[in-house]
Amino acid sequence: MLWRLAVVVGVLAFSTVAGYVWRHRAGLFRSTVAPVSDAGTTPAEPSSPVEGKPAASATGARTLSAQMLGSTLGSRATLLQFSSAFCAPCRATRVVLADVARVVPGVEHIEIDAESHLGLVRELRVLSTPTVFVLDAGGAVVSRATGLPKRQLVLAALAAAMPATGADPAYVGP
Amino acid sequence: MSTPTESVRTESSPAPAQSRPSIEQLDPRGLRFGAAVTTVVLAVALVTGNVVVLALQAIVFAAGVLLGPRFSPYGLFYARVIRPRIGLPAETEDARPPRFAQAVGLAFALIAVVSELAGLDALAVVAIALALVAAFLNVAFEFCLGCQVYLLGRRIIGRFAPAASAH
Repeated sequence: MLWRLAVVVGVLAFSTVAGYVWRHRAGLFRSTVAPVSDAGTTPAEPSSPVEGKPAASATGARTLSAQMLGSTLGSRATLLQFSSAFCAPCRATRVVLADVARVVPGVEHIEIDAESHLGLVRELRVLSTPTVFVLDAGGAVVSRATGLPKRQLVLAALAAAMPATGADPAYVGP
Repeated sequence: MSTPTESVRTESSPAPAQSRPSIEQLDPRGLRFGAAVTTVVLAVALVTGNVVVLALQAIVFAAGVLLGPRFSPYGLFYARVIRPRIGLPAETEDARPPRFAQAVGLAFALIAVVSELAGLDALAVVAIALALVAAFLNVAFEFCLGCQVYLLGRRIIGRFAPAASAH
């Protein structure tokens, strides 16, 4: 019986750690491309170009087109959300992203049902929903987040996706 | 319009005025309560190795799958005893992921029961431990196993039966 008690304690301790790690990582945006140097471009994620699939640019980023997504891209950036039926946080994510797209000029929010786009899901390695991709003006994937993202994190990720030109800094609003 | 206790029942029945069928919504606090009781029951089952406790929890899981979490024993207790005292929830959850989670729990509980009866203690402990992790993560972190696994499952099905996945 003692070893069983040890198992329970161990399992709960492990679960507690795992839970905190999971909660911390949820909603964090991770960059999917290496920083682009002034001289040229740096290959990041290795991706093999496949006919009909998202193109791999010189930076190694996957590029998605409006045709692929069935919706127009934002002129400055796009927030691409993968949702599914079994997804309580997806509704909350939609609210956050739609609001950000509304207040930040040039940003579009596209929501895609993962189940009916399994090709894209595999190509982009979407494992769970919600998964949010930040695309730049050209449709290249700049960063991604799993789980419900906080508004501030979305704004920061957008700032990173939009080039900071001299006269127009990547000001994304309040 | 409806009293708090009445809304417990009317939540799942479609409003006559709406023509669009609504997805059943559940009180998240009731789900957390069910997960908490499940965590305790599974921990007791693991520590004591008692097959009866395991079997009872398996029956609870089965009720959650067949009748929905709302009508499982824990759900009914929550609705009748706890909820009238704490009022309406601020938000609701889709009923389908928890129902799927109940099915996963049932599978592990059945494996554990069979293992216990066959004298395979270690296997039973592993099966209970996995179910315990899922239940505990749900109550402590609102981690939804069904939500995480559902898409992976759909991707696998899509790979083996592309026609079935297209709709």
